[in-house]
Amino acid sequence: MIATIGFYVFAVILLASATMVVTARNPVHSVLFLILAFFNAAALFLIAGAEFLAMILIIVYVGAVAVLFLFVVMMLDVNFAELREGVQRYAPVGLVVGLILLFELGLVLTGWHFAPSAAEIRMSPTPTALSNTAALGNVLYTRYIFLFQLAGLILLVAMIGAIVLTHRERGTARRQRIGRQNARQPEETLAMLNVALGAGIDEIGILRPLPDPAPVGAESHALPHAAEPH
Amino acid sequence: MQPVIVHYLPILAFLVLAGVIGGALVGGSLIAARQKPYAEKLSAYECGFEPFDDARRRFDVRYYLVAILFIIFDLEVAFLFPWAVSLWSIGLFGFLSMVGFLAVLTVGFIYEWRKGALEWE
Amino acid sequence: MNWQIALPEIVLALSGMAILLFGVLYRRDASVPCNMLTLGAFLVAAFLVLSTPDGSGYGDLFVVDAFSRFVKILILAGAALALMLSFDYNRHEGIARFEFPVLILFAVVGMMTMVSAANLMTLYLGLELQLISLYVVTAFNRTAIRSSEAALKYFVLGALASGLLLYGISLVYGFAGSTSFAALASALNAPGGASPGLVVGIVFVIAGLVFEVSAVPFHMWTPDVYEGAPTPVTVFIGTAPKVAGMALLLRTLSTPFGHLSLDWRLLIELVSLGSMILGALAAIGQTNFKRLMAYSAIGHMGYTLIGLAAGTEAGLRGALIYLVVYVFMNVGIFAGIIAMRRHGRVFEQISDLAGLARTDPALALAFAVFLFSMAGIPPLAGFFGKLYVFLAAVQAGMWTLAIIGVLTSVVGAYYYIRIVKVMFMDAPAPAIDQRPAMVSFVAAATGLFTVFFVLFSAPIVAAAQAAAQVLFG
Repeated sequence: MIATIGFYVFAVILLASATMVVTARNPVHSVLFLILAFFNAAALFLIAGAEFLAMILIIVYVGAVAVLFLFVVMMLDVNFAELREGVQRYAPVGLVVGLILLFELGLVLTGWHFAPSAAEIRMSPTPTALSNTAALGNVLYTRYIFLFQLAGLILLVAMIGAIVLTHRERGTARRQRIGRQNARQPEETLAMLNVALGAGIDEIGILRPLPDPAPVGAESHALPHAAEPH
Repeated sequence: MQPVIVHYLPILAFLVLAGVIGGALVGGSLIAARQKPYAEKLSAYECGFEPFDDARRRFDVRYYLVAILFIIFDLEVAFLFPWAVSLWSIGLFGFLSMVGFLAVLTVGFIYEWRKGALEWE
Repeated sequence: MNWQIALPEIVLALSGMAILLFGVLYRRDASVPCNMLTLGAFLVAAFLVLSTPDGSGYGDLFVVDAFSRFVKILILAGAALALMLSFDYNRHEGIARFEFPVLILFAVVGMMTMVSAANLMTLYLGLELQLISLYVVTAFNRTAIRSSEAALKYFVLGALASGLLLYGISLVYGFAGSTSFAALASALNAPGGASPGLVVGIVFVIAGLVFEVSAVPFHMWTPDVYEGAPTPVTVFIGTAPKVAGMALLLRTLSTPFGHLSLDWRLLIELVSLGSMILGALAAIGQTNFKRLMAYSAIGHMGYTLIGLAAGTEAGLRGALIYLVVYVFMNVGIFAGIIAMRRHGRVFEQISDLAGLARTDPALALAFAVFLFSMAGIPPLAGFFGKLYVFLAAVQAGMWTLAIIGVLTSVVGAYYYIRIVKVMFMDAPAPAIDQRPAMVSFVAAATGLFTVFFVLFSAPIVAAAQAAAQVLFG
């Protein structure tokens, strides 16, 4: 009973926020409505019993993808009003396509019947004694190892693609040079001095060494302070 | 009702409660407080900034690279959850299967490290 | 588990990662060694493909048979030729980076997985692996606006097509209870197995796959992507993914949905008709050579689909032979386009080729061979491709398809031969640059294949026959 009420409430909010995603004037509002839509979809997953998917939807989509969307919306400093000018022109076409899809879905609903053997060939029927996550884990890494590794390859390609398309060597990055860091001796950077009590550094003639015009290493954090008297 | 959702009943109650409290606060101020809107209330006060300016500014594309790389590793972590839950039942094979998956992504990690995609200026 | 069944894919993927690591750890410019290593990996993979025995593995997710072997070899050949054409082009354009061959290699892994898919999930993941790599290589010349624009269009439409495909797969899974091809076939064969909902699902699956091969209702991305992408990428997109997508369409429609052929044959027939007609008519007005090749590709996919629409073993054999011929003609013609460079600058207009026969007779001759072959002039390879397909259509009683096919071939011949006329009759434009040796080599090899196809067609036809038999057995 509660599940049914919950389903309708979440489904209605989902549809409403999905509509707002495409109609909102401010793209930032669109993204926020998208997040609302994700949350509601997660609730629907939960009602359907797909606990793990619901949580993944929140972690991955709300936590990461929506943040990326916000970045992109911020990054594209475009005039969104201009972008929307085409909407009026293309609305009829979109409406026709939508109606055709609706008609097809109507066909699906009226002709609703499963293949007779559908129930028994379900590849992994939902086990009753296990939690959702365990049920997934039991098949994903062993029985479906091929698909699992393929998913890993897709992630690898996505990584390469992101770097190939956006990374640019600027040459000004301060890189860590571990070899040089390890090879550094105390004598290079540290001087022990006996300083008379009350003598200023001007009087003794030691000053902080000026920064090297062409530093050998880039460990800038280590150089300037090193020779300060203790 | 499936057993799964029962565990989430407190969350549902929490959601309903949040809605009620939020609605009560907004609705209460609508009913009880005096409403006297005029334009000056929205304008800048003395040395203040424009209160309603466009908050959108260009971000450097490098943020985008970081975000994408984050998503990829986020997805990788998502694969680790069910694995950790059922590690005892899937045995050594399941363990090695995940090691292979992580090895593929380590290759990607070495690549992005050496490329300097993780460096900032 | 029988894991060796996917040995070629595994070896290819591992070598891809090794090449990536080598490229990034190597201190100097790694693009040349990485190109060579990738070519070597393709060679090894081809050898492994030929030596992997028939069978299925990974819990019926993956299948190896004569069909997959035939198509995989073709994919590897197309990818290797495209990669060979990229060497000099990428160096000239300043985009010679070692990620290029690595991405091509991963795309090939995706395609080989698609071809061997025995399950809708394998199909989808293979497809995504291929598409993501292709989006990235399309944008590879990232400082050029055209390249980025092409990649963006490809990506947006491709994502839409993937969405349609997934929606279709979920409908099919919901109604038939499985995503495994074998289980689907038996579930749908049982009385009352098919329902309108399932047919709608199949239509969505077909829509997603038709996008892959850029046939008519989903062809919109083709001209822009062909024109905007770096030319070696255009060669690649025009050959290997088309082959893989077409193979996927052949296998998916004839294995799990074979019993519903009455439902999908009309659809494929319409797609085929539309592609042939649009390919022939829209190409007439084109002045950019790469754009023209895009419309030509749409037309050729239409001809190939005739074989599927015929729904017979001969039809599938015809489609496979057509794909072989198409790959080599296409690579050859693009080798010519890559050679179109004057004072170091690329040009792509057909009018720039004026009088090529006098300034570079060898290249003009090669162009003429490929163009005549595309038009289907008898002794050349293209003629045999069309012959087998049309024969199958006539045998299956599909006269409309055969007649429209012949008519559109005639229209196509007009614009192919017009280019030949520009090269041989018009007043010569300034001479083009010296061709890189690799480009000449590829053009010569594919040219010889096109001219002498008639002499050694027997083993290819036999292999295609064996491959088609698998799907009908």
